[in-house]
Amino acid sequence: MSLKTKLILVALFGLVLAGCSTTEEEINAAEVADAAAEAGATALGVGSKEGTIGEVLEDDETADAASEDGAEGQAGEDLLALRVIYFEYDSADITAESQAILEAHASNLIINPGIRLTLEGHADERGTREYNLALGERRAKSVSRVLQVLGVGEGTIQTVSYGEERPAALGHDDSAWGMNRRVELLYGN
Amino acid sequence: MWSRVLITVILLAVASPARAVLTIEINKGIEAGIPIAVVPFQWSGEGVQPANLREVISLDLNRSGRFESLPKRDFLSRPHSLTEIRFKDWRLLKAEALVIGKLRSIGPDQFEVRFRLIDVFKQKQMVGYVWKVSRSELRSIGHKIADIIHKELTGLRGAFDTRIAYITVVKTPSQGLRYLLQIADSDGFNEKTMLDSKEPILSPSWSPDGRILAYVSFEGGRSTVWLQNIKSGKRAEIASFEGINSAPAWSPNGKQLAMTLSRDGNPEVYVMTILGKKLQRITRHTAIDTEPAWSPDGRYLVFTSDRGGKPQIYRVLASGGRPERITFQGKYNAGASYSPDGSQLVLVTNQGKGYRIAIYDFASRSIMELTRSQLDESPSFAPNGGMVLYATDSQNRGVLSAVSADGRVSNLLKFREGDVREPDWAPYNR
Repeated sequence: MSLKTKLILVALFGLVLAGCSTTEEEINAAEVADAAAEAGATALGVGSKEGTIGEVLEDDETADAASEDGAEGQAGEDLLALRVIYFEYDSADITAESQAILEAHASNLIINPGIRLTLEGHADERGTREYNLALGERRAKSVSRVLQVLGVGEGTIQTVSYGEERPAALGHDDSAWGMNRRVELLYGN
Repeated sequence: MWSRVLITVILLAVASPARAVLTIEINKGIEAGIPIAVVPFQWSGEGVQPANLREVISLDLNRSGRFESLPKRDFLSRPHSLTEIRFKDWRLLKAEALVIGKLRSIGPDQFEVRFRLIDVFKQKQMVGYVWKVSRSELRSIGHKIADIIHKELTGLRGAFDTRIAYITVVKTPSQGLRYLLQIADSDGFNEKTMLDSKEPILSPSWSPDGRILAYVSFEGGRSTVWLQNIKSGKRAEIASFEGINSAPAWSPNGKQLAMTLSRDGNPEVYVMTILGKKLQRITRHTAIDTEPAWSPDGRYLVFTSDRGGKPQIYRVLASGGRPERITFQGKYNAGASYSPDGSQLVLVTNQGKGYRIAIYDFASRSIMELTRSQLDESPSFAPNGGMVLYATDSQNRGVLSAVSADGRVSNLLKFREGDVREPDWAPYNR
């Protein structure tokens, strides 16, 4: 039995246990589900290379099991789809909504130790470009601090500011400015 | 005072494809400047004249707001030498001064320019000059003549024969956005691209001798500070510490560069020696400290800080020390730089009506708005202190504008393409 196959089995056991667990275990369950998906994905890569059909089938089962993980896991995944944190004018404060998004990403980073995250800070066009460059950095560092408090290692995160130089929305109104005051979470190696 | 006469001068771009400015719109108050008659220069040589010196001189004088160049259709005569002048023709036009001259071909790519400035009431020449130059220097001679006229009639040297640096952003179908670091004459002509990058460029700053530009480039994926020689085009990265490297500003003696670095955790003002790259940290605060600018005597640095909650201007000894808050009026004051005489700052302010260019006066401690739009930024004084160049928005395009330091006259440099921003007016030395 290869190491990959063992990993999948461990993951499947985890899911079975998670299914039986009570509410306070649910966050763990979500983590295990993610680990399972990760392990499965790796197996798929190796499996297709080696052409061993059996392992690929096991992966399908893992994915099915993960999708039945329940409401909490589903919500976590939805939050992970959100990669942009927005801010008020001249502010780097994290809203409650953003806090929830960052909690999901923190959990994801903790269970995926190899992955690094770049936090790209941005500002709207109002005011001077240099002040906005500093403001973009302040926002990126504000997000970085929250992730670190949530247990993400400092070495996992890097910050960069583009100030107002890379607007997400063009236009000179409140809605464009709101879209541009942001930190983008960019996953990478 | 705000009822205005709009004069749009359309510059024909036939001769040279290097001309980047399409139009210069002069927006001036009803108070007229000094009426001056600039007679078309006499051209002797083959073909069409290589430069329209009258046009260059007139446009410069009108742009300053201190002069009114009279329309040539009213000229009753067109003298080119002292003996040809009939003074009553010019008294009739109420011209206070008269400019006459000759442009002559004297060899391959060699031209002689003769110019005289005449006092119409005293019926006497004030100054006269002759130059021998190549074709490419002819516009510059026109600017020099305008500078001399400005000095003779107002007491203040003109700043027309100077250059500006700015960033142009152009959209290309194949490569997306391109960021160009460019320099040009003060009227936007003779544009030259110093750097063409896929990543943002900002904050160009001229060295006091006008030979080197410092600027911020994102070409390495984050902001770092670069120096580039204008003549050779050679460039070198001078600050690439962890975090932000930005807001370079030359000391008046050209030996140091103030800049913003966040290497210690958050943006602080530093002074770096150009030779040896020795760093001295000037500010120590958890707030944002950025946009340093030197006083003309080199003693002080002003900078933007939000240590009081909102961005305001502070001043600190350039050798370090305890910063003192300078601006208190309005919820936003940033991006300050000194007037050449050190008595004023030009800055970006928000007094509740948008981001505008304003003058802070050290003696009265008051802020006077110079502009009336919403998103003005990046102001810098002309080297004579008479005008302020800044970036603004016109019909959803970034353009450059210059406004007189008293706010009465402004003109818009409309470029042929792209968003133009981040201007810096060069010192006198070319």
